[in-house]
Amino acid sequence: MLSKIDSELAFVHSALDLRARRQEILASNIANSDTPNYKARDIDFGAALKSALGSSQAGGLRLATTDSRHLAPVNGSAEPASRFLKFRSAVQPSLDGNTVSIDIERAAFSDNSLHYQFMLDRAQGAFRDMTLAIQPISK
Amino acid sequence: MSMTNVFQIAATALTAQSMRLNAVASNLANADSAHSSTGAGYRAKQVVFQAVPMSPSTPWAQGVRMHSVQEDSSPPRLVYDPKHPLADANGHVAYPNVDVVEEMVNMISASRSYQTNVEVMATAKSLMQHTLAIAQS
Repeated sequence: MLSKIDSELAFVHSALDLRARRQEILASNIANSDTPNYKARDIDFGAALKSALGSSQAGGLRLATTDSRHLAPVNGSAEPASRFLKFRSAVQPSLDGNTVSIDIERAAFSDNSLHYQFMLDRAQGAFRDMTLAIQPISK
Repeated sequence: MSMTNVFQIAATALTAQSMRLNAVASNLANADSAHSSTGAGYRAKQVVFQAVPMSPSTPWAQGVRMHSVQEDSSPPRLVYDPKHPLADANGHVAYPNVDVVEEMVNMISASRSYQTNVEVMATAKSLMQHTLAIAQS
């Protein structure tokens, strides 16, 4: 029963986790907008989410179960997002080697927060559905 | 908790930018002091930043810290004023090599960066509050 609830929330969970990671990366870019030689970074969100859900057979890392007592890997378990970390190509590179473009970063930051809130709403929805399902039908 | 890292990142940026504002204030305040308290002439100071990972386990989350304070090595501004008590044999008085326009630009840039990071913090705070309110209604 509990594993059903877990799988119900797996997608929302991984998506929220990745959105939070991306928020960190974008916050780093904004914080370092005046740091010499800092290169702006971002993650390939689609690929990272696919891998977190375990649906990509090619690139996804799997937890090895070498003993019968090992627990099966849970879908959506935190995989280092650093594998999908990429450098942003500079729009207007500056003389000090910094490639942060503050307008792009701020737009991405807002976009990411909106997506985060959307996934929060989906999580709320999942809980609402489950609560609805366990309630007796009343007239 | 990953979202708390955002607070820490923004906090390091606020500290770094306020240090930069401090340097600008110091430069502007001393723009006309022919002699500094140390006896030697004042030189314009510039703060250099450096990216620093928040923790070894989260290499993608990078804060910022002050790497060093560099002194401007360009020659002092010489003003011809023979009556000045600090004038040399040629009648020149050495003023600090502070470029006031450059300092003003630095100040605006630092304050804008500061504001941006405050907004980052505010956004992270509201997202955190929404997260804590999950499945409560």
